[in-house]
Amino acid sequence: MDQRVLMKGNEAIAEAVIQAGCLHFFGYPITPQNEINAYMSKRLPRLGGTYLQAESEIAAVNMLYGAAAAGIRAVTSSSSPGISLKTEGISYMCGADLPGLIINVQRGGPGLGTIQPSQADYFQATKAPGHGDLKILVYAPNTVQEMVDVVFTAFDLSDKYRVPAMLLADGILGQMMEPVQFPDQKPDIPAKPWATNGTKGERAPNIINSLYLVATELEDKVRERFVRYGEIEANHSQAENYLTDDADVLLVAYGASSRVAKRAINAARNQGIKAGMLRPVTLWPFPKKQLEAAAKNAASILTVEMSMGQMVEDVRLALPDRKVQFYGRTGGVIPTPEEILEQIKALGGGVK
Amino acid sequence: MAKSFSVIIAGYGGQGALFTGKVIAYAGLIDGREVSWFPSYGPEMRGGTVNCGVQFDDEPIGSPVVTRPDVLIAMNEPSLTKFIDQVIPGGKVILDSTLIKAEAGRDDIEVFPVPASQLSNDEGLEGIANIIMLGKMLKETGFTTFQTIEEAVRKSVPERKIHLFEHNIRAIKLGMSL
Amino acid sequence: MAVVYEKTTGLTDRPLHYCPGCTHGTIHKIVAEAVVELGLQEKTAAVAPVGCSVLAYNYFNMDAVQAAHGRAPAVATGIKRALPDNIVFTYQGDGDLAAIGTAEIVHAASRGENITVIFVNNAIYGMTGGQMAPTTMPGQVTQTSPYGRDTGAAGYPMRVCELLSTLDGVAFAERVAVDTVPNIRKAKKAILKAFQNQVDKKGFSIVEILSTCPTNWGLTPVESLGYLKEKLMPYYPLGVYKDAEKGVRV
Repeated sequence: MDQRVLMKGNEAIAEAVIQAGCLHFFGYPITPQNEINAYMSKRLPRLGGTYLQAESEIAAVNMLYGAAAAGIRAVTSSSSPGISLKTEGISYMCGADLPGLIINVQRGGPGLGTIQPSQADYFQATKAPGHGDLKILVYAPNTVQEMVDVVFTAFDLSDKYRVPAMLLADGILGQMMEPVQFPDQKPDIPAKPWATNGTKGERAPNIINSLYLVATELEDKVRERFVRYGEIEANHSQAENYLTDDADVLLVAYGASSRVAKRAINAARNQGIKAGMLRPVTLWPFPKKQLEAAAKNAASILTVEMSMGQMVEDVRLALPDRKVQFYGRTGGVIPTPEEILEQIKALGGGVK
Repeated sequence: MAKSFSVIIAGYGGQGALFTGKVIAYAGLIDGREVSWFPSYGPEMRGGTVNCGVQFDDEPIGSPVVTRPDVLIAMNEPSLTKFIDQVIPGGKVILDSTLIKAEAGRDDIEVFPVPASQLSNDEGLEGIANIIMLGKMLKETGFTTFQTIEEAVRKSVPERKIHLFEHNIRAIKLGMSL
Repeated sequence: MAVVYEKTTGLTDRPLHYCPGCTHGTIHKIVAEAVVELGLQEKTAAVAPVGCSVLAYNYFNMDAVQAAHGRAPAVATGIKRALPDNIVFTYQGDGDLAAIGTAEIVHAASRGENITVIFVNNAIYGMTGGQMAPTTMPGQVTQTSPYGRDTGAAGYPMRVCELLSTLDGVAFAERVAVDTVPNIRKAKKAILKAFQNQVDKKGFSIVEILSTCPTNWGLTPVESLGYLKEKLMPYYPLGVYKDAEKGVRV
């Protein structure tokens, strides 16, 4: 029998976080991610963990910074406007080499924007989640099941490389219920000898810090960090290939919009147009190699996003010699399969 | 049955629209279909009405937002007014005629008025008029089997409320008899 | 020969970077002594602020975390919630605690967060070159109040102990000074109590310490001690503002 249960995306994320061995949550209410806070406030105190509703997103992310410094797995969650406030803490976490998970259930912006789903925080997540030379791991799942799956990977790699990770979802994925099964997996949390959990008289004091007053010291530190970023880029980009082998029209989409794009691709195939999709699961590291391979034999390339066009810039950087088209809806509007199909049809007869 | 199937369930908060949707979604899951459930959220809920959309399909579901439902379950008048025009031609509407006096105003769909609130009071099924309507929907659409719905109810009712299971099954049967 | 005094092991041997006559050094010493005397050094994390004492992590001989400006109470909260049996203290100046970090300190206090806060109030932003702080005195000349703090435009100094003592989560709030030897002794006593409270899980404890900034006040170290006594103390009276144990609430 099907062992899967129906769960809201937000609740599934929360449960996955707990199962990944993270019992400390610091948050602040904001739609459309409130079910995460609610779920955590119900479960964590009974598991001996912490649910703490902070006075602001800024305080919450700095509590995450403190908990991460103490050497435990910890998480904070918000939606777009709140993530803007968290960028301070994310930058400090990067500068102090602290692991941790930041969840962004995106809504439309700029400003207060809308509570409807959006993918307009791509630039923020992948290019500048805080000030300074830095990167964070960014996971962009497109089903409730995949949201659960990437939580484990995100924590593991965040711990391994001492780089914060972000789960970039949106109002659709957070609010919807879908069948989900939790992996039968015990968390494997590495030792953290750098943590400020007390010397116990056994070692020299540990210092968690992002301040370097000597420019060359900071440069060395940043360069060392970029070596780690390079390792992540070389080994941990993830993407799904959907009917790319013989695709004439290659779509590139992630998260919620990739679900709609898949419908459009199936419809196009029914009409004799060979469409396919390369779906980045990690937005940083961006799956350049997978994209290059998928694009090789495609005559046309179309990026679909719920924004005015952000990931498309990375697609163009990865494919400098190719013409890359873009189709997007923004402000909380979800594109329909029919709209995307029209775009595919327009490209269907295109030449390379 | 059609390849894809979608339902909107709408009513006042507390009438069980979201729960009804969950039972329908579980039925799809048990039947091995691709399923999604998507609620109204944010300020939309503050007006006192809630709704959710459920979809079944043979291929992975794109957007879970239901815009053109095959079936509408309307538990109050604002819900009927809000969603009636979205129902596809040939679609079906189950409405609670105890609470809804307005006409559907369309002749290209089938409308099934059920005095669900009245019946739930008369039959000792207080608070689960929604499940009576679900029974009626099952009868009129045949979207799944009674056995599946029974299992779906079992999965949807939280452990601590399992004593209500028999009540729900009786409500389904009552709805199916109408 | 009998040893009658030794430098505390709670401090490292790094030379302090503070200006001549600055009282940060004295405060570091008595905080470090308190931690060591209570036997807490091996399970303590210091949280350093942004401000003159940003480098405190180099001086305290124990684990240390450097926090973003004003966020030390939030960072300390994260550490304490992760490791409730460890000891955490923040060391913050007036700009850090009473301006940019107002929300964090008020809510950590309101939650009764079981941490110790060392609040160094010298009525000025030191590290950035002597700008007006929330605690700058009316009429006090600073880089950004060149005609003296004009309360009509810049408002009034903030009395942190008085403010926080109204919150039920606060177990202990005392204002002390480090201008004289007897006062330094009293300050250390207050600090010891603020740490002991944490050990006893009594909740949020804060010690506000009136301090000097000869460089940015434009005074000699000795003149500065006089300024502290004559100008600061009347506005910021010393004493216990809250002691939940004794029911003191001013």
